[in-house]
Amino acid sequence: MASIRISSFIKYALLIIVSLLFLTPIYVIIVTSLKPIQEVSIDQMWALPTALDFSSYKLAFDSLAPNLLNSFYLVIPATLLSALLGAMNGYILSKWKFRGSDALFTFILFGMFIPYQSILIPLIQFLRTIELYNTIPGLILVHVVYGLPITTLMFRNFYASIPDELIESAQIDGANFLGIFRHIIIPLSITGFVVVAIWQFTNIWNEFLFAVTITTGTKQPVMVALQNLSGSQIVQWNVQMAGALLAALPTLLVYIFLGKYFVRGLLAGSVKG
Amino acid sequence: MQSKRKKKLSKDQLTAMVFLLPSIIFIIVFVYGFISWTGYISLSNYNTIVPDFSFAGLKNYLYLFNDFRFRADLRNTLFFTILFIAVVILLGLVLSILLDQKTKGESIFRNIFLFPMALSFIVTGVVWQWLLHPSTGFNKFFNLFGIQPKWYTDTTILAGFKWGSIEFGLPAAIIAVVIAAVWQMTGFSLAMYLAGLRGIGDELREAARMDGATEFQVYMKVVLPLLLPITMSVVIIMAHISLKIFDLIYAMTGSGANFVTDVPGLYMFETTFRGNYYANGAAIAIIMLLLVAIFIVPYLWNSRKGDN
Repeated sequence: MASIRISSFIKYALLIIVSLLFLTPIYVIIVTSLKPIQEVSIDQMWALPTALDFSSYKLAFDSLAPNLLNSFYLVIPATLLSALLGAMNGYILSKWKFRGSDALFTFILFGMFIPYQSILIPLIQFLRTIELYNTIPGLILVHVVYGLPITTLMFRNFYASIPDELIESAQIDGANFLGIFRHIIIPLSITGFVVVAIWQFTNIWNEFLFAVTITTGTKQPVMVALQNLSGSQIVQWNVQMAGALLAALPTLLVYIFLGKYFVRGLLAGSVKG
Repeated sequence: MQSKRKKKLSKDQLTAMVFLLPSIIFIIVFVYGFISWTGYISLSNYNTIVPDFSFAGLKNYLYLFNDFRFRADLRNTLFFTILFIAVVILLGLVLSILLDQKTKGESIFRNIFLFPMALSFIVTGVVWQWLLHPSTGFNKFFNLFGIQPKWYTDTTILAGFKWGSIEFGLPAAIIAVVIAAVWQMTGFSLAMYLAGLRGIGDELREAARMDGATEFQVYMKVVLPLLLPITMSVVIIMAHISLKIFDLIYAMTGSGANFVTDVPGLYMFETTFRGNYYANGAAIAIIMLLLVAIFIVPYLWNSRKGDN
């Protein structure tokens, strides 16, 4: 009995220590962002603000607002489109298998792992040619296309749990390929859509390499703007921390309110073809 | 159903193929086509703002392998990958085992360890840049003990030996980047292991306990071997993230003095988009792709075999 007490004490002590370490950055972000400029100094980094001051949020919001808007214009259509395409592909590759469809799936899946540097130069040349370079629609196209492997994978795994008999009986009732998709598959896969949408929303919102190479100036999504904000020496730390929190807020809120689906997305993204 | 389909393609199956076609074309062009085009550029003389596709042979690759910066990049990538994966796996495993034992407040702890996954590497980089700034942050604590880590501004190479033009060893500055990356990604291995532990039936562990195994033995002899496939998945996913890492380093440290925190992703970005050395940038990109492919292709191959 005594030994169990001790080990359980050690367990909670460890968990609490690691938790506190994990929360430290959040503490620093919040505390710093709420300080007036004269309190933001190296010596007082860990101290609580003497009085709450929201002026850094105003400054950060003023400079990030247009880019936050860009990010929403980007992430909403890109998420919806890639979820729809992924659902269709997943439906075909799990319920309408044909010769070579499994090999084809692996062929698609490889696109998930490539370093995007290896397609970046031609991609930019291509976007310039079709006049979508430095546009939000251009970025949407990019995220939809390079999202295909992961969304297809997630829906394919999700649809594997829907019994084939359901499709067969619908066929006997005279439903065709699209009818089955619309009336049977989509209603059954609301959870799948939520999981995929959260995954895509988070990834596209947080993405940086495409954003920084495909857009400039007023077209940049928020992560690029945040990086520019912190890259400039003039900006105070309290404004940077407020900016970081503003930029992170949408995905943090998704995590807080839809955490269960967020984790499912994480696990679903871990292959198992 | 299967056999009926194989005989002749039904109208529905043709429709299915038609609907799949756009995605396949996208993948062929945007993935395989663009990779081929990058490969072609990497063999050209396109090292100015004006496209010059004349054939250069392996010149750009030879240049890289003789380049101090690229050698440092490969060293940094190697040590970053090893350290990062080792800590993410160990920490994720330990935390998941702690949480798995009927822990009170499990969901609170789990949420705390997982939330950094919702953030972007840019946010992580901005925040940890400050936390590990040599004169602020955690150093306020370390100073109490009289130590003063220089973190990402340190140019020391630990346990290094001279290898060609570079000092081969663990760059001390990389440790700072690993800390930030571990903070962000441990939640992933934790979630994977927790799912794995929940998947292992209690009967198996119960049986081992009945046979007189201690809790420690139950984990070492029964649980850990069963978690091996999960460890494999985590290693593969973390390896491919760390081999192509770019944004965290870009936001947190940049390439560092003597390129102690430089990585191929950063070098490729600066070479191509700041310097207009397209062929050199393409060559870096192709080498990155090959590094990732070494891990990914066998993995995809295996998971397909497991499928059939």
